[in-house]
Amino acid sequence: MTAGELAQELSLNILCLPHPEREVTGGFAGDLLSWVMGGAKEGDAWVTIMSNLNVVAVASLCDTACVVLASDTVLDEKDLKTAEEKEINVLNSPLPEFELCVKIGELLK
Amino acid sequence: MSAPLKLHFDIDGENFTSAGEASVKVKKWLRQLGLPQDIIRRVAIAMYEGEINMVIHASGGYAEVTVFPDRIEIILCDKGPGIKDVELAMQAGYSTAPERIRSLGFGAGMGLPNMKANSDTMKINTEIGVGTTITMTVNM
Ligand SMILES: Nc1ncnc2c1ncn2[C@@H]1O[C@H](COP(=O)(O)OP(=O)(O)OP(=O)(O)O)[C@@H](O)[C@H]1O
Ligand SMILES: [Mg+2]
Repeated sequence: MTAGELAQELSLNILCLPHPEREVTGGFAGDLLSWVMGGAKEGDAWVTIMSNLNVVAVASLCDTACVVLASDTVLDEKDLKTAEEKEINVLNSPLPEFELCVKIGELLK
Repeated sequence: MSAPLKLHFDIDGENFTSAGEASVKVKKWLRQLGLPQDIIRRVAIAMYEGEINMVIHASGGYAEVTVFPDRIEIILCDKGPGIKDVELAMQAGYSTAPERIRSLGFGAGMGLPNMKANSDTMKINTEIGVGTTITMTVNM
């Protein structure tokens, strides 16, 4: 499943999707950045409610397939511009983290 | 690759929200050099944690990354407060990060453990009131 397909299947809002064809191979949930650094794998959909520029750096360094911001959290315009430049996919959803993870998990089965 | 390749970065100690910039650049550079993915990833994670620590705990410093034929060396040097108890600081979960930093997602106390886990060697030289220098290597 690609990041673009994931967005479509779960009706996620597209905040920035420079690489819709990126393959999503797993998932990781977490808000504490060094837990994410230590645990997220390349190709993961990273579900978080953390929403500042550091999220972009961590997503970039961990090579996650996309960031999925839960509970309607958003990145501000400036940070989204950076995400675009760094070619990071950022999606969001009104669903809370747990429910998002369950749905992503279903799709990746 | 014959002669070692080296990059130097000054790390701004004021900028909590866009820290990580040097690590992102190093990652890109190592990619251009065509190094293996898993090596790049380990370097990126180890360096990012060190870079962030310099910003949030030591008001900045410099980073130097050298690519040798058999390893990558990362040096992170700051003139911050130093680390009082290195063994304690290395423990997963130990953090002195203030609240305003925690609200950005830092302060899990996992940075130094991540650096250890992603490097093959890690040496911490620290002196109270003088600063901290951390040298890590990642073998190819
Ligand atoms: N360069 C440094 N100068 C001074 N103290 C440091 C430095 N790096 C780490 N420390 C001390 O070691 C502690 C543990 O560092 P570590 O990176 O493991 O966790 P953290 O930075 O507090 O949180 P996290 O990395 O999970 O966001 C810090 O809280 C701080 O007290
Ligand atoms: Mg840290």
